[in-house]
Amino acid sequence: MVSMSKIATGNGHGENSPYFDGWKAYETNPFHPIDRPDGVIQMGLAENQLCFEFIKKWLMEHPEASLCTAEGVNRFKETALFQDYHGMPEFRQAIAKFMGKVRGDRVKFDPDRIVMSGGATGAHEMVAFCLADPGEALLVPTPYYPGFDRDLRWRTGVELAPVICESSHNFQITRTAMEAAYEKAQEANLKVKGLVITNPSNPLGTIMDRETLKSIVQFINEKNIHLIGDEIYAATVFKDPEFVSISEVIQEVECNHDLIHIVYSLSKDMGFPGFRVGIVYSYNDAVVNCARKMSSYGLVSSQTQHLIATMLNDDDFIHNFIMESKEQLFKRHKYFTWSLSQVGIGSLKSNGGLFIWMDLRKLLKEKTFDAEMDLWRVIINEVKLNVSPGSSFHCHEPGWFRVCFANMDDNTMEVALSRIRSFILKNNESIVPRKLCRRSSLKLSLSRSLSRRMDDFMSPAGIMSPHSPLPQSPLVRART
Amino acid sequence: MVAISKIATGNGHGEDSPYFDGWKAYETNPFHPIDRPDGVIQMGLAENQLCFNFIKKWVMEHPEASLCSAEGVNKFKETALFQDYHGMPEFREAVAKFMGKVRGGRVKFDPDRIVMSGGATGAHEMVAFCLADPGEAFLVPTPYYPGFDRDLSWRTGVELVPVVCESSNNFKITRAALEAAYEKAKEANLRVKGLLITNPSNPLGTILDQDTLKGIVKFINEKNIHLIGDEIYAATVFMEPEFVSISEIIEEVECNRDLTHIVYSLSKDMGFPGFRVGIVYSYNDAVVSCARKMSSFGLVSSQTQHLIAKMLSDDDFVDRFIVESKEQLLKRHKYFTLSLSQVGIGSLKSNAGLFIWMDLRKLLKEKTFDAEMDLWRVIINEVKLNVSPGSSFHCDEPGWFRVCFANMDDNTMEVALLRITTFMHKHNEAMVPRKLCRRASLKLSLSRRRDDFMSPNMMSPHSPIPQSPLVRART
Repeated sequence: MVSMSKIATGNGHGENSPYFDGWKAYETNPFHPIDRPDGVIQMGLAENQLCFEFIKKWLMEHPEASLCTAEGVNRFKETALFQDYHGMPEFRQAIAKFMGKVRGDRVKFDPDRIVMSGGATGAHEMVAFCLADPGEALLVPTPYYPGFDRDLRWRTGVELAPVICESSHNFQITRTAMEAAYEKAQEANLKVKGLVITNPSNPLGTIMDRETLKSIVQFINEKNIHLIGDEIYAATVFKDPEFVSISEVIQEVECNHDLIHIVYSLSKDMGFPGFRVGIVYSYNDAVVNCARKMSSYGLVSSQTQHLIATMLNDDDFIHNFIMESKEQLFKRHKYFTWSLSQVGIGSLKSNGGLFIWMDLRKLLKEKTFDAEMDLWRVIINEVKLNVSPGSSFHCHEPGWFRVCFANMDDNTMEVALSRIRSFILKNNESIVPRKLCRRSSLKLSLSRSLSRRMDDFMSPAGIMSPHSPLPQSPLVRART
Repeated sequence: MVAISKIATGNGHGEDSPYFDGWKAYETNPFHPIDRPDGVIQMGLAENQLCFNFIKKWVMEHPEASLCSAEGVNKFKETALFQDYHGMPEFREAVAKFMGKVRGGRVKFDPDRIVMSGGATGAHEMVAFCLADPGEAFLVPTPYYPGFDRDLSWRTGVELVPVVCESSNNFKITRAALEAAYEKAKEANLRVKGLLITNPSNPLGTILDQDTLKGIVKFINEKNIHLIGDEIYAATVFMEPEFVSISEIIEEVECNRDLTHIVYSLSKDMGFPGFRVGIVYSYNDAVVSCARKMSSFGLVSSQTQHLIAKMLSDDDFVDRFIVESKEQLLKRHKYFTLSLSQVGIGSLKSNAGLFIWMDLRKLLKEKTFDAEMDLWRVIINEVKLNVSPGSSFHCDEPGWFRVCFANMDDNTMEVALLRITTFMHKHNEAMVPRKLCRRASLKLSLSRRRDDFMSPNMMSPHSPIPQSPLVRART
């Protein structure tokens, strides 16, 4: 019997969570328009695929961004040899500039506080190692990205204590919830070292308003605990209200800046998860110092630093990219949520992210997580869509699902919507016995049943997606 | 007062070691042939700079290796999106093939056992996390790479226990030394989980012979502890005897393969430290599985996976590169060691690595590590060379220095040698009252100093006859 470590033999990697099960179903039978038209469509992966043509065009016009072209090869040697954990100055300057622009230039970032990491995954682990000892705890508002269970805890031994956010408040983070979580941790003898917020939120797709942010900053300052702001979706905010970053709030609220840290990445905002560009930005010198040393375990490839430095130093490109990305996300989000509303599916009102927080509470047999899992299996196996069940995000209430919309082309989106429609219509037939399958009566029944279903599924309090005041003509659907 | 973690406030990062001090001296005043001709020459960085023209030529002939060229841009999107911790199949196949070729085709590597990491730095930490709990220990033969103190211990809490190797037998790893270290760990109540060997050795530049390797494999098998073989210098073996890998030995010796793991990287063999291509190769399925999940913290950039996959899939290129690299290293090593021997400086006989293990014991005022530090400060501040003192490698005996020779061009090498020569002449004048400054008497005085400084084993193999001093006239 060969002995390994406890970390290796335990479950801390978190892959036994249902979040990953759906991926497995997808991997066995992935959708392909021609080869596997009945395969599972991936809607569980928060990728941003909408701007690649734009990026490719820039690449073709800038051969110097590559080390392997005639224009770039003279930098090959010095770049291949560059392993300084400070990172290339031009890379850090470009990232700092990009981060500022994404925040409307309302705040400036210091390139010397930019520390590299192995993606946001590596960044989170690194921050946990810097701030907390094994057995200490970080507060995390629910629902939250399942990867945190692994990234913040697995090898660090740090505990996570949930800050419960409820649908009745649109999942906003309240002072009460934070205090309750803090107290609970104390009772469990856990020393709380920090609070991790994700803004814009994964999985909600919402942003935090100024008041909430100020109250959060006040809270951590009072408790003298760290605030880690995961802002990796900052550039995906596609409509008003405008994104407000921690970096802006700390200019307005009294706060010990040594407590403030931002995790950033190009995986979501630019659609480059493969390039592993993770960033830790800390206002605390000791943390920058320590993180920089730790970054040796996950530096950004110098080849990639070179590409990103060249790309993000092009002001024109950045300006146009940010706008183009917002436009594409806005369009896709609008179309998706509107189409869903047509069949009576609502979602949390959102203006950021690459996904929506879909409300399927009314489809649950009963208000339990078991029922949520049952529904989820139906969605995967019958509707053939991989979506992510709310329980995997530690959502407090069953019936919510995160559904990604930016990782596919328009045709695949149509297929997905068509499957959803068919499923809902079938379900409604069994729920409400009515002849819904004939298209001629569809418009009539739609408006009648829509208003009926709308009452069933949506409360005026804002759960309804804002993009669906009027149903589109069913003839539009005739395309599929 | 803001509280951060113990890991963050402690010294586990290891940067207070003198290994890094020399770097700081260099960084304040780095040598440049034109701008700073009196600056410090960096001989403390084990880089392989000798084959870049060869590589650049290949790069120019293969635009499809880039995602940004007309030929490659159609793979940009799928590559930029590829974050699967299994790694690109073509990348793993190419790395597996390269590893096999570097071992003369004597062993095949399975692409499915290839796991990525953030350089060899990340690989070592990852292996420690997989195999040992905080407070448990790894045995590590001395002298060893200073970075291990950080990579294996800092965030993992794993302890390192030295296996002391001595100059009297050329720093070989003996069974006695292994047993002694193992016992010592037990007495200190440390549970030993594994043994980490670096082969070819950093800092020695030597390779382990078959018998030693077999002895090591038997040892770990008997004790049922893991064997981690850091083979990142495998392709830098530039002359006989041929490199023997753990992967070959386990085919010949009875051994539980679940105990064997290899750390690899392209930083030394190819000269690509910036690209952060670290590899963990384990024969243990559970370790592969766990390491793969952990690799999320330090995956190789897909852009780089793409480049490396293309490059290392080119059999012709790889075959020629391996040969070219050995040739360049052989030439440089031979010239360097011969030139040193001319002024009476010996080093451990070696046939690999990007450095030599220089023997300056005779220059010490006394046989202490303080004296070694004094000598080292003289070398940095007066001779203006950054070399690495043996103490930073946990060497058992003072007076040894690791000196890198593959990270500079020929001209810089000449300047370095000139400085060493000048320093040695001054030193010899001070020690032995003799008119040595005239080149005419150099040949005569050399044979005398050879007896002073070299024993038959320590002598570099490349300097049977001193070169004509007229060669030096070039600089």
